Amino acid sequence: MATSDFAAHAVHAHAGPTSWIRKYVFSLDHKVIGIQYFFLALTAVFVGMFLSLLMRIHLIWPAANLPLFGEIKPETYLTLLTMHGTIMVFFVLTTAPQGGFGNYFLPIQIGAPDMAFPVLNALSFWVTALAFVVMVSAFFVVGGAPLHGWTGYPPLSALQGAGPGEGLGADLWVISIALFCLGALMSALNFITTTLDMRAKGMTLMRMPLTCWAWFITAILGLLAFGVLLSAGILLLLDRNAGTSFFVPLVTINGQLTGHKGGSPLLWQHLFWFFGHPEVYIAILPAMGLCSQLLSVFSRKPIFGYKAMVYAMLSIGFLGFMVWGHHMFMSGMSPYTAFAFSIMTMAIGVPSAIKTFNWLGTIWRGHIRFTSPMLFALGFVSLFVSGGISGPFLAQPTLDIQLHDTYFVVGHFHLIMGVASIFGIFAATYYWFPKMFGRMMSEGMARWHFFITLIGTYAIFMPMHYLGMAGHLRRYSQLTELSYLKDLVPLQQFMTYAAFVTIAGQFIFLFNLFWSMKFGKKASDNPWEATTLEWTTSTPPPHDNFAGHIPVVNNGPYEYSVPGAPRDFVMQTDPPLVKKDTGH
Amino acid sequence: MGLVLLVVIWLITFISTYFFLAKTWWLPVGASAAAAGIDHHFTTSYIIMGTVFVAAQLVLGFFAWQYRERNATTPQALYSHGSNRLEITWTILTTVLFLGLNFMSSSIWASERFRPAVSDALQVEVTGMQFQWYFRYAGPDGKFGATKPQLEDPSGGGESALGVDPADPASKDDIVSAVMYVPVNREIDVILRAEDVIHSFFIPAMRFKQDAVPGLAIHMHFTPIATGDYEVTCSQLCGLGHYKMHGILRVVSQQDFDKWLASKEAEKQ
Repeated sequence: MATSDFAAHAVHAHAGPTSWIRKYVFSLDHKVIGIQYFFLALTAVFVGMFLSLLMRIHLIWPAANLPLFGEIKPETYLTLLTMHGTIMVFFVLTTAPQGGFGNYFLPIQIGAPDMAFPVLNALSFWVTALAFVVMVSAFFVVGGAPLHGWTGYPPLSALQGAGPGEGLGADLWVISIALFCLGALMSALNFITTTLDMRAKGMTLMRMPLTCWAWFITAILGLLAFGVLLSAGILLLLDRNAGTSFFVPLVTINGQLTGHKGGSPLLWQHLFWFFGHPEVYIAILPAMGLCSQLLSVFSRKPIFGYKAMVYAMLSIGFLGFMVWGHHMFMSGMSPYTAFAFSIMTMAIGVPSAIKTFNWLGTIWRGHIRFTSPMLFALGFVSLFVSGGISGPFLAQPTLDIQLHDTYFVVGHFHLIMGVASIFGIFAATYYWFPKMFGRMMSEGMARWHFFITLIGTYAIFMPMHYLGMAGHLRRYSQLTELSYLKDLVPLQQFMTYAAFVTIAGQFIFLFNLFWSMKFGKKASDNPWEATTLEWTTSTPPPHDNFAGHIPVVNNGPYEYSVPGAPRDFVMQTDPPLVKKDTGH
Repeated sequence: MGLVLLVVIWLITFISTYFFLAKTWWLPVGASAAAAGIDHHFTTSYIIMGTVFVAAQLVLGFFAWQYRERNATTPQALYSHGSNRLEITWTILTTVLFLGLNFMSSSIWASERFRPAVSDALQVEVTGMQFQWYFRYAGPDGKFGATKPQLEDPSGGGESALGVDPADPASKDDIVSAVMYVPVNREIDVILRAEDVIHSFFIPAMRFKQDAVPGLAIHMHFTPIATGDYEVTCSQLCGLGHYKMHGILRVVSQQDFDKWLASKEAEKQ
């Protein structure tokens, strides 16, 4: 298994297509598909961010008359939060780290010429892109986009009459998610097969960079989770359009019987969160892998506890499937099961803490180079701690009684699943941009971008914990009805101002990205002096990644500052090291 | 750059922690029997997790500055792949910490949720519908009349909104109210129902939250210990009017409660 499959290499080792369409649009090259995923996510993140801006504006100026939009109505606010959540979770956090960077760099980092199934890979991307188009089209149909939240709890999401947007808009929402699941399932198969079957000679599993481990584990989670969401989505579509009652019991809407009976709203919640909780790890595992890698590269030190990192990721993936019930402590589920889900959830904090200790251990006594990817990796660790520390509060049903469905939850998952993961995406962009586009991004602009984003996101999301403690519920489109919300309005105002600044900062990134493609300093093959295989090939890599030459791996991925070595890094393809570890 | 990062991370940590310590925005004053225990466990959790948070951020900032690359003449970074002893130590420590925290709070959860309401608890049926809470009392016969979905008529308010069947003799003395009246220091057995979509019954001051799910009748109990008016909210997204679905819990003495119930019965006859 560990050796490369020469037949597969032979198949891929051909000259690339020459026509523009085959080369850049319907390409089978994993590098092009990776870039396509990246730009899909980039488009989605700006759409999602724009929706959040409208939400922030509406919360503090509910009567504002916006150019082009007019006044944002309470139900429009719910539409905005539904689409913001759905687009960000699926088309950004799931798409960029795995589909984008995973696609581009997994084959190169393990020494393969392409993914195992190039056609399937292209199909995954185009199905995902179609899903995005279907999702956005929900805004433009009669009734508009749905308002049932990204979690889509029935009966609200299952009944046409339950609210504006619950007609065609909600159907498109479900169809889009089902399509996305299909794309993600195909992609997961490809990642797993590629990792297991396509590794170059000498690239044993325990010599893989932690990025590859992360993509591999993420793919396994995706394979197990998206199938369940796909099934749930199909059932919901049937409830909505075919008169079935999987999720809808006998209910009335505004006094009118709906014709449904006997279904279970809790069934959807179980199916959804069986996907939904692993999805959190699908979003953040790649960032964990990448930031581990970057802390090692830019501290010029081996990763602290490589094996512990691998086992921690594996146990996070494993435990991730046993904690879904912590989203349902207040749902009417048996209080005894809450007990079990709570213990499993606290247990998942252990491997997360191990990773944090190892990150600190990696930079300890290192030689830190403050490059832009390193800044974002360090920012990631800070955010991971801040977002993670609120987890044990929510994991305890006793405390969740007060915190469930409040801004405390919103602050928690934005810091850890949202911002920390996005810091991973930014770090990946700054780190791999030179390899992908042959030029360096501007470090000056990157530093401004980093500090604005770090301070800005803390300013937006940290106050949400205070709001939650005070009982401020999420998904409230007006703050005028509950008397105790009035005292909290100044905090909401502060968060909106912080959002303005943070969003403005993202345009520095966007400008840097496109400006550097054209005018950035030319990148060498290994500008960061890193050890993994992508830095052994030319910049950008040739069509078959290694120009017909199959790399042979002799060393682990994190051999930095090896005593007696000529340079402070030993490439994975360098002659084998005689191990002299001073740390044990 | 290391120093800038240290200052930024430390400042973020200190400012964030200050507002937790100062309790500038905090839990509303508790008014139920369970509140003191829950609030105490909040404090315990904040002390433990807050210490971990501050320590981790301070160390991160300090390391970033202390181990910055200074110049070529300083010795190389330490060549170490880690330490199994440390890995085992912090695995055991965090396991004890997290599971210990969990066991500390589980007795509170168990004492509230692993037992049914006491036999002399006051039963109140709470029904959620877009976008209103209704409260029903069984009356002197102690029995709730049957409800039928086909009789539900929200425009009629009160009993017709709940679809109470007038043909059922048990419904004759049922009282439906838009304000939740309860006597102080008596356990309230809440029976939660929903007619259309999922709602969630949340009374911040009572530290009480439970979803109301169509098709289910969920029992959950609490004991108010201070008289007064408390805000009742809906905490589960239920549609366009979610933000305005709220009501009042009015905790009064047992005498005042009896008087109120008697006046409602008299009104009805």
